[in-house]
Amino acid sequence: MTLRFDKLGVVIAVIVAYAAFFASFATFRANRIVPGQARPILEALPPTLGMLLLTIVIVCGIVALLKTPLILRLAASVAALVALTILIGVAGGFLTPAGNTFARIAPASGFWLLIFAFTLLLADVLTRLNLSPWSRVGVLVLAALAIAALLVSGSWDSLSILKEYASRADSFWAEASKHVTLALGSLAGAMIVGIPLGILCHRVEKLRAAVLNVLNIIQTIPSIALFGLLIAPLGWVSVHVPGAAAIGVRGIGTAPAFVALFLYSLLPVVANTVVGLAGVPRAANDAARGMGMTDRQRLFDVEFPLAFPVILTGIRIVLVQNIGLATIAALIGGGGFGVFVFQGVGQTAMDLVLLGALPTVALAFAAAIILDAVIEMTATMRRVGTA
Amino acid sequence: MIEIEGITKRYDETTVVDNVSMVIEPRTIATIVGTSGSGKTTLLRMINRLVEPTSGVIKLDGADNRSLPGYQLRRSIGYAIQGHGLFPHRTVAQNIATVPLLLGWDRDRIKARVDELMTLYQLDPQAYGPRYPHELSGGQQQRVGVARALAAEPNVLLMDEPFGALDPIIRTKAQEDLLAIQKRFGTTIILVTHDMEEAVHLGDKIAVMDAGKLVQYAKPAEILARPASGFVETLVGASERPFRLLSLGHVRDAVEPGGAEGEAIPGDATQRDALAELLWSGRPALPVKGADGRLIGRVTVEGLVKRAARPQ
Amino acid sequence: MKAWLPTLLRLAVLALLVVFITSPGWFEPLLKPLTENGAPAIYNQGSLLTLTLQHLRTVLIATVAATTVAVALAILVTRPAGAEFLPLSRSLVNIGQTFPPVAVLALAVPAVGFGEKPTLIALFLYGLLPIFENALTALTTLPGNVMEAARGAGMTGWQRLMKVELPLSTPVILGGIRLSVVISLATATIGSTVAAKTLGEVIIAGLISNNLAYVLQGGLIVAALAVLIYDGLSAIERYAARRMGQGGE
Repeated sequence: MTLRFDKLGVVIAVIVAYAAFFASFATFRANRIVPGQARPILEALPPTLGMLLLTIVIVCGIVALLKTPLILRLAASVAALVALTILIGVAGGFLTPAGNTFARIAPASGFWLLIFAFTLLLADVLTRLNLSPWSRVGVLVLAALAIAALLVSGSWDSLSILKEYASRADSFWAEASKHVTLALGSLAGAMIVGIPLGILCHRVEKLRAAVLNVLNIIQTIPSIALFGLLIAPLGWVSVHVPGAAAIGVRGIGTAPAFVALFLYSLLPVVANTVVGLAGVPRAANDAARGMGMTDRQRLFDVEFPLAFPVILTGIRIVLVQNIGLATIAALIGGGGFGVFVFQGVGQTAMDLVLLGALPTVALAFAAAIILDAVIEMTATMRRVGTA
Repeated sequence: MIEIEGITKRYDETTVVDNVSMVIEPRTIATIVGTSGSGKTTLLRMINRLVEPTSGVIKLDGADNRSLPGYQLRRSIGYAIQGHGLFPHRTVAQNIATVPLLLGWDRDRIKARVDELMTLYQLDPQAYGPRYPHELSGGQQQRVGVARALAAEPNVLLMDEPFGALDPIIRTKAQEDLLAIQKRFGTTIILVTHDMEEAVHLGDKIAVMDAGKLVQYAKPAEILARPASGFVETLVGASERPFRLLSLGHVRDAVEPGGAEGEAIPGDATQRDALAELLWSGRPALPVKGADGRLIGRVTVEGLVKRAARPQ
Repeated sequence: MKAWLPTLLRLAVLALLVVFITSPGWFEPLLKPLTENGAPAIYNQGSLLTLTLQHLRTVLIATVAATTVAVALAILVTRPAGAEFLPLSRSLVNIGQTFPPVAVLALAVPAVGFGEKPTLIALFLYGLLPIFENALTALTTLPGNVMEAARGAGMTGWQRLMKVELPLSTPVILGGIRLSVVISLATATIGSTVAAKTLGEVIIAGLISNNLAYVLQGGLIVAALAVLIYDGLSAIERYAARRMGQGGE
């Protein structure tokens, strides 16, 4: 029997080999901002566990390298990821000198590369398995539960990111809720305004080009510039409009961030509503009219349900985009995970940057998977091929 | 001459073309008919090796078509497809010049050839040469598609439903143009179609394919008269048979001595046209005129009806 | 009748922009009311012109690099030899787009330190995605009968790529570059938080010192640049689409 190589497997195996033998697994720093010392796998873990991890990683790398059945590749990627995530916590405890509360242990490039390589393998397997929407959400929930379990069990507590978290647990959740409120609130606002506006644009052709052009220009303006440009007018409103200040309208802070995110969200919502309505088959519309539906009945019973998957696609774009953009709100005092990112950049404390960045990426990623699944379900339910 | 010997194409377990052998004489038109999925397009694409056969040999003028790299082989064979496949980013003249450019012809020779073909296809080189395909009508695009296939003076022209997307009137014109050009250049043409009418009209010989097998390969009259199987008979269409048979013959071959009232029908019209005219005008006979305009006799309903009967 | 109006408007914005970044002093009286306690109305810690040029330079370098790599990758995965990577590359693009630019920027710092480098890396990585996605879409949705005709005419794989596939994909790839440039202009602005010399510096300085005039002038310059470049690239794209016979106007 001949051994055949998997092309992607070659890439993965090269990354794995480099990460396992030449890159460092964890970094040890005497305190949170001094430069760290690199520790390869065998030095970062007790000898037996170090050998175990090396073995697991190499075996799984070989599974990836050769042409192997999908199920074996799935098992290998999951096994490697589980071993890595559990053992990085062990490394934290192992490297921290007893009683030392200043020392910081952080995952290093080798760890991240191994995670990347096996996530790549997992992504490839999942892509090739062509999972149904429900199972994709299922996989996401499983992954979230596994991470939650690791967090709750305290096995990562000795890692630097969680030490940063431990010293700011309260503000972390406050900023998290601000971040989610900003992202979801502005999306809700954009839907309330954008969908009717989209319907209007669909019906009134003259309005369409003008509205879409203006929204397009707004989307083009870089976020930080738009935040800045909104400070002056909102400041004016706060001072001169009675009651505005009482409901939180101010020049800086959450208000300009909210307004800017809302404005950014409008284009995808309005444009997709227009595209979705324009894509309703003429025959369906003619049939509806022929059966004596009023314009209103046609809108709610025929056009809107058929356009719904396309509108959802717009909402997905907005949500993922807003979760990312909300990080920038921190620059104008709007709060959110960006607070940690920019504080971390300011203090050159990368663990703090990660404390802000990782939840943001996780949120955006989860939102994308869930909404993609929902879009696919509605699209197949309605048998609309084009989304 | 094109010799197809025991050609088979299999994708996994499905056999698309099953052990087909046939010979296409030089300077003739062979049409391949069949339902969709009969393997006719795959057979055509194996001639210029857009598809590589699983087994069997195809020889062009005695030489195995695998003796050249695929792309060089294809430069020597004309290829026209349904929906023309013109390059949208190139002008009409550039489109026609595609293969000559690939072959490295010099500029003057290319220009002369492009002008010749465009003139032949009634497209003014000055006016249409610099235009882009999307600026042409469907019929014009199709003509450019065939002109492009003929640009490098190939001995063999492969056509895959070339007229499929045209409306009936333009299609008839395109078929007449093709026949005229085949006469002029003496090109060997293999044309795939699902339209039996077109196959009968254009083909010197017709190959009928069904489920990957070559069911019958014969002259049109033979196919009409003696269909090899029930499938061929269905494809011919029982109710159309006599009329298709008449469409193969010219009026001048059915002339009987004598005269008749009314306007004369030209001798090179088909017998089918003559019968249609007789039935429509309710007359028993029509005068026939020769190429020089002189009357050469008449055709009668009775005579044509005999000719429409199954040949014995 | 009014076709010239938008063009005129764009030219006016462009002229105003050029005058502003070359001689910002002329506009001081306009911006003065926005400042407090006699703070300067015009950014004085660096020339606006230099910052603008540096900003554009950063975007240009990152875009050229991203375009080269993204188009090369898209070509690779659409060849038979790279077909195995096609489905995975699609999922990676999908996943990649969920990474906010700020996170990419911040995460690049530990690897290469502060300054222009992390900004370039973030711009490059984030700029890859739209170009790759568009190039992939263009190369996988070429009209079937045109590709068939190219093969039938006897073009080699390389000739098909250079003479048919890439020219036909150009408008869509340009669309990807346009999206990428707009994102890069924005990300470069945030780049000043990691000490890259860009126009973001003006806005951030204004936010820190509570100087609305700074915030406004920085915001306006960046916004005008973005809108003008977006417009210009859209025009090039429309021209290319017409040249490729896809305009159909």
